[in-house]
Amino acid sequence: MNTLSAKVQSVFEEPGCATNQAKPDKERKKGCNKLLAPGAAAGGCAFDGAKIALQPITDVAHLVHGPIGCEGHSWDGRGSKSSGPMLYRTGFTTDITEQDIIFGGEKHLYKAIKEIVEKYNPPAVFVYQTCVPAMIGDDLEAVCKAASAKFGKPVIPVNVPGFVGSKNLGNKLAGEALLDYVIGTEEPAETTPYDINIIGEYNLSGELWQVKPLLDELGIRILACISGDSRYHEVACSHRARAAMMVCSKAMINVARKMEERYGIPFFEGSFYGIGDMSEALRNISGLLVERGAPAELLERTEAVIAREEERAWSRIAPFRERLTGKRVLLFTGGVKSWSVVAALQEAGMVIVGTSTKKSTPDDKQRIKELVKDDAHMFDDLKPREMYKMLREARADIMLSGGRTQFVALKAMMPWLDINQERHEAYAGYEGIVALIREIDKALFNPIWEQIRKPAPWDAVAGQHELWIQVA
Amino acid sequence: MARVIAGEKRCTVNPLKMSQPIGAALAFMGIEGAMPLLHGSQGCTSFGLVLFVRHFREAIPLQTTAMSEVATVLGGFDNVEQALVNIASRTKPALIGVCTTGVSEIKGDDLNGFLKLIRNDHPELGQIALVDVCTPDFEGAFQDGWAAAVSRMIEELVEVPISGAGLSRRINVLPGSHLSPGDIDELRDLFEAFGLEPIFLPDLSGSLDGHVPEQFMPTTLGGTSLEDIRKMGSSCWTVAIGEQMRGAAITLEHRTGVPYRLFDRLTGLAVNDDLMSFLAEASGVAVPVKYRRQRSQLVDAMLDGHFHFGGKNVAVAAEPDLLAAMTHWLSEMGCTIQAAITTTSSPVLEGIPAAEVLRGDLEDLELRAAGADLLVTHSHGRQASERLNIPLFRVGIPVFDRLGAGHQVTVGYKGTRDLIFDVGNLFMANMHEGHPQTWAPWSCGAHGSADAHESQ
Repeated sequence: MNTLSAKVQSVFEEPGCATNQAKPDKERKKGCNKLLAPGAAAGGCAFDGAKIALQPITDVAHLVHGPIGCEGHSWDGRGSKSSGPMLYRTGFTTDITEQDIIFGGEKHLYKAIKEIVEKYNPPAVFVYQTCVPAMIGDDLEAVCKAASAKFGKPVIPVNVPGFVGSKNLGNKLAGEALLDYVIGTEEPAETTPYDINIIGEYNLSGELWQVKPLLDELGIRILACISGDSRYHEVACSHRARAAMMVCSKAMINVARKMEERYGIPFFEGSFYGIGDMSEALRNISGLLVERGAPAELLERTEAVIAREEERAWSRIAPFRERLTGKRVLLFTGGVKSWSVVAALQEAGMVIVGTSTKKSTPDDKQRIKELVKDDAHMFDDLKPREMYKMLREARADIMLSGGRTQFVALKAMMPWLDINQERHEAYAGYEGIVALIREIDKALFNPIWEQIRKPAPWDAVAGQHELWIQVA
Repeated sequence: MARVIAGEKRCTVNPLKMSQPIGAALAFMGIEGAMPLLHGSQGCTSFGLVLFVRHFREAIPLQTTAMSEVATVLGGFDNVEQALVNIASRTKPALIGVCTTGVSEIKGDDLNGFLKLIRNDHPELGQIALVDVCTPDFEGAFQDGWAAAVSRMIEELVEVPISGAGLSRRINVLPGSHLSPGDIDELRDLFEAFGLEPIFLPDLSGSLDGHVPEQFMPTTLGGTSLEDIRKMGSSCWTVAIGEQMRGAAITLEHRTGVPYRLFDRLTGLAVNDDLMSFLAEASGVAVPVKYRRQRSQLVDAMLDGHFHFGGKNVAVAAEPDLLAAMTHWLSEMGCTIQAAITTTSSPVLEGIPAAEVLRGDLEDLELRAAGADLLVTHSHGRQASERLNIPLFRVGIPVFDRLGAGHQVTVGYKGTRDLIFDVGNLFMANMHEGHPQTWAPWSCGAHGSADAHESQ
């Protein structure tokens, strides 16, 4: 446990994190784990976060050491896509029982690793620690070390018992496991001046593939995506990249910063959501590569692609303008995505009438303010009951949010679109933003709304009816 | 009949099983105004919550005591106390069902004792019913947790009648966790048709049947009322559905003297005949015309369907009571049970119409299902179905890649009739048609279906 506490502490003192650095010393020591209120908490645990961050490595076995609740309730539930191997979608768990709790689970774990190696022979096995074996003192690192020596392949300990903290902490601890055991352990067959890493992109619904064709066109090679649609070997070789883009800052900043420190790989923070951000990302990737020695003509080619794609995207959004102008959007999502899709929604004529700033940094908030002016409400924490009231009173035309609030919107008979990680549609890059606008249009103009908002004939109340007619 | 064996693997691959705490939580979700609470780290709750949201496509009330590492070491009293106080003030529930998890069980928190102390210290908890249930993740499975929660509700909430029970038309129904909200609706109609007044414990048809409430509810949207639960002691009978409910039925009988009758399944012709006879006798009402007609429709569906079921090989993986219902029914339609996989021990397993029942996982199912005509399990069977190129009929929880899981009906004459249509249609859609080589003597396959599989 001592090594784990030290690791957690070191993650909390992340110098690359602006929020963290802005805190006084004493507060920084407390870490960035929000204290959870029992009976009023929502969200995943550290194990959940680690699995989200690492499971997109598609060719390895992900083995969960714990009772059935940890893997049994969650396996094959995340939308990360693979262009090849499918082993990452297989659920492996020790499913420990009372016997293990009495006698210790280490031998059980060792044998489980052995079975995986014999049956599936993956390039590596990632082993996730959970609360129960952590409590009984199973030494994850020792078992992984022994198994690795015996079977002659990497067995990576990911020490993330759920009770150490939130999903976000789990993301970072997963990053630490990569830094400690994977990155820099293998060498690529060849390198080019156009090699980049993309850090914190999980290829949900295949979003990486909305971006990759443009990089391919520019001759830019993704040496490793950490970890969307990646292979173990790619991540192990990622220390040879020339530059990196960090996609979701809160999740994996430790990986980007430490790779810069250890291997001199410069990085920038960017997003693939929204036209402006996508262009900025391409510009930054090329800029960093040229700084690191790639031929300068890359910049020109990049600008040409940006110009072409921007024009194409805007022209594809334009036809929606007429239908969408004036439609009021409630936007509830994490920090980065909020402001990066706002511009596109506005371009299509929509009005942002409210947005959440729960996960946003002060910087994010400032940008939102500039973008939406004063006509939007910024909510730090809107309770479901109030959200329902707002939607029921038709103070918006559509809500964009994550699955958690899906039914608040739908039960208020309000169009809703999933824009969080569980969604089935891909919204990245120029392609993605057009898809998002198309999905909004589909949701708003579906003929069901008019039908379901009419009250049943036996309890038609004039006032209620008119309210919905107004909306439709 | 069947030999029941436990797998010898040390690594579970593609889990079939889910754990006790969320089984118990689902049982509490069948109570009106309830808020289930898992005493463990927040991941225990969030995984369960996401699973139920994806299955029912409904908002799911489920809270956590959010145990941190330090709280786990020191004991969870403070967290349980804060959670109860927070839930009481925020959501004003009628009942809070507190389930332990692996984390709190290993620490050895005395949850029952905690609740007594907390109630004494917090008058603001007032009338809120508090029920604790012991559900470690590392023992048993989902249906065990469900059954344990129902037993605990009976112990804590059912009032012992003053006079002898048994003259009313009230009847208790204890459905197993394998019954959907749609099944409960179907059974309610049936019991009422006999002039009986059923109290279902729990009643998911009030809460998770997918309806649009008039206002926002932070707790369950409906379900069994506490008032109804209290009067279960004065019912004439208890009907338990699924062997898993025997313990709860006995608990209720010991506490109140209400006799019980257990039906280990309600899928198929003969078992529903038994139920009808029982209800006719218990109510003194002859089997209503509507149900005689439904029986006749089921018989006709069996006639039409048997061509497609006869001789088919089916591999089934499910919790014991659901496994029993599906395998007996399939076998009664002429199918052979090629593989039977389950999650936890149960007396029904020995009676399953298969050579062997394995407590195992979906890797075991996949290995034993080669050449089968149909897979029957929850949505996680989809990968095996793709790899083996065998159609999958989805049953149980979770079903996250199809609509209407909450309304899948498998009980009663009508439920069985529709099941014959659904499964029969899958067989028909996957019929192997002959081609010029199918019957050639040198062809390696002896018959069409084997040939088709080998060409994959």
